[in-house]
Amino acid sequence: MPAAARTLFDKVWAAHEVVAETPDTPAVLYIDLHLIHEVTSPQAFSVLKGLGLPVRRPDLTLATMDHSTPTSTDQVFGGVPIKVDAAAKQVRQLERNAAEFGVELFDMRDARRGIVHVISPELGATQPGMTIVCGDSHTSTHGAFGALAFGIGTTEVGHVFATQSLLQRKPKTFAVNVEGRLRPGVSAKDLILAVIGKIGVSGGTGYVLEYRGPAIRALSMDERMTVCNMSIEAGARAGMIAPDDTTFDYLKGRPRAPQGAQWDAAVARWRTLVTDPGARFDASVDIDASSIEPMITYGTNPGMVLPIGDSIPAAAGDEAFDKALSYMGFHGGESMLGKRVDVVFIGSCTNGRLADLEAAARILKGRKVAPGVRLLIVPGSQAIKREAEAAGYAEIFKDAGADWRESGCSMCLGMNGDTVAPGQYSISTSNRNFEGRQGVGARTLLVSPFTAAASAVRGLITDPREML
Amino acid sequence: MEPVTRFRSRTVVIPSSNIDTDQIIPARFLTTTTKEGLGLRLFADWRYGADGSPNPDFVLNRPQARGARVLVAGRNFGCGSSREHAPWALLDFGFLAVISTEIADIFRGNSLKNGLLPIVVDEATSRWLLENPGAEVDIDLDAARLTLPTGTAVSFPIEAFARHCLLNGIDELGYLRSKLADIERYEAAR
Repeated sequence: MPAAARTLFDKVWAAHEVVAETPDTPAVLYIDLHLIHEVTSPQAFSVLKGLGLPVRRPDLTLATMDHSTPTSTDQVFGGVPIKVDAAAKQVRQLERNAAEFGVELFDMRDARRGIVHVISPELGATQPGMTIVCGDSHTSTHGAFGALAFGIGTTEVGHVFATQSLLQRKPKTFAVNVEGRLRPGVSAKDLILAVIGKIGVSGGTGYVLEYRGPAIRALSMDERMTVCNMSIEAGARAGMIAPDDTTFDYLKGRPRAPQGAQWDAAVARWRTLVTDPGARFDASVDIDASSIEPMITYGTNPGMVLPIGDSIPAAAGDEAFDKALSYMGFHGGESMLGKRVDVVFIGSCTNGRLADLEAAARILKGRKVAPGVRLLIVPGSQAIKREAEAAGYAEIFKDAGADWRESGCSMCLGMNGDTVAPGQYSISTSNRNFEGRQGVGARTLLVSPFTAAASAVRGLITDPREML
Repeated sequence: MEPVTRFRSRTVVIPSSNIDTDQIIPARFLTTTTKEGLGLRLFADWRYGADGSPNPDFVLNRPQARGARVLVAGRNFGCGSSREHAPWALLDFGFLAVISTEIADIFRGNSLKNGLLPIVVDEATSRWLLENPGAEVDIDLDAARLTLPTGTAVSFPIEAFARHCLLNGIDELGYLRSKLADIERYEAAR
């Protein structure tokens, strides 16, 4: 009898089940790669210290600092102390913990440092078929490689430290079928915002998403990472894309990818990581990529999103909806195009990779940021910073009047000194438009790098297709 | 960890849907390296004005919130980031349970590991609780049952192993470490 058809997720899950789940007990799931950063690890290291336990597999653990680190060059390299005291303490704490427990750390001045979800792929540490966890919800990013990757809390960080395993219930599967092809000026960010708009911010709760179909196959790895990154904004802990030649071409030759004969064996193994024909998903949704427009959020969660040329829906007496619009200073029926812009942020684990900076550079080349608008461009890693400088993008940004920084999470979340002032409108390529996410009272509108750059030039919310 | 079994409490209601972890505790307070004192920061941007003074209109600043151990919220509570600081802050403030029609995955897992009960109820029960703030409810973890002051009792889903650990005050890490021989066998066989 032929083996039952399985999904990509089923295959990766089964390969990592140390102990299968029962009605009374969750599965013990083995973890291949544990990424850590300064914000969600200190209390987990404290637990180890309290129990006198080591990090069981430091060789499968990789640490960097990104969330609370400053992005100004003088604080990173110039010897100027980190301005946020508590952040400085947290950075020092990670340095001490990494040294004490023998964990490899890319510290502040390391040329390999960057946002945790950007550096692991660019090192080739993220590979198809792996289980990858990190105390950060955007760990879903790594699913772009056909890995099962999800965010965990600090208690679970401690569990992985101590056992290289987690207690998990098997999630359900959800196929996101994307037919057609994205049109020019429409990006992977618009695609995932459209998906979230369709299934809602809790539509993926309890599921692992698999993005499938020709529109997904046509995406580069940078774009696939943008899509998988925001799976959590639909409530799904993980999103996956089956690996293919695009994946293998990206990984080949990267420092931590398999080399030589091991490479060929790895690719042969990775090619089996596809959903079998006839495999069943617990849920599914169909999206036509060719109908997607540049998208923009207008409220205080990523599901409050619409095509940029549309008007804000009229309030239907929904209290949460009214509260969100009131926070944003918007009214039902208003057009999004032409609204005021104060700050533009291009960066984050969603859109801080080279393809994103290239998109911004296409718009900004030979143009200037509108008077009174602040444009902050923050590369996702130091490696990307160097690549963007070599490609001439950094010059374009500086000539346009942008502030070009060292890598980090920066203005995605206001905990490192990069913040948006109360009441200001921030057009941002990040992932969350929650109240206060970018600073107390900050009003965030999520968009693609194209839309962010175009809006920075006009000083108004702008459809980027007018400038491409 | 202290066992969690059964308790009665008045509820506090925050009716908003999609309350994300950035509202529960804003990112700027995550620079701490301990778990202590986070209750002071719970819902900080809703609870305090720009000058740090308490906002008298926010429910946690009203007298009826004092001593309440059950938070009732709108749909999809705890969405957003994986920060365990969210359940730490709720527990530090004094909450022992959160009730909603939907609770986000990572937040739910983090809550169970710290003794905060994430209780998912049907629409009708949720509506009643949202419309009757301050109601005295009974939560019985052993029976997985929530009883309203009207006498209506509803059962709530809770993962069997997490329930067992909470009822008996068992730390999940201890259980996981008891599987180390299996983990070593798995590693050797790869």
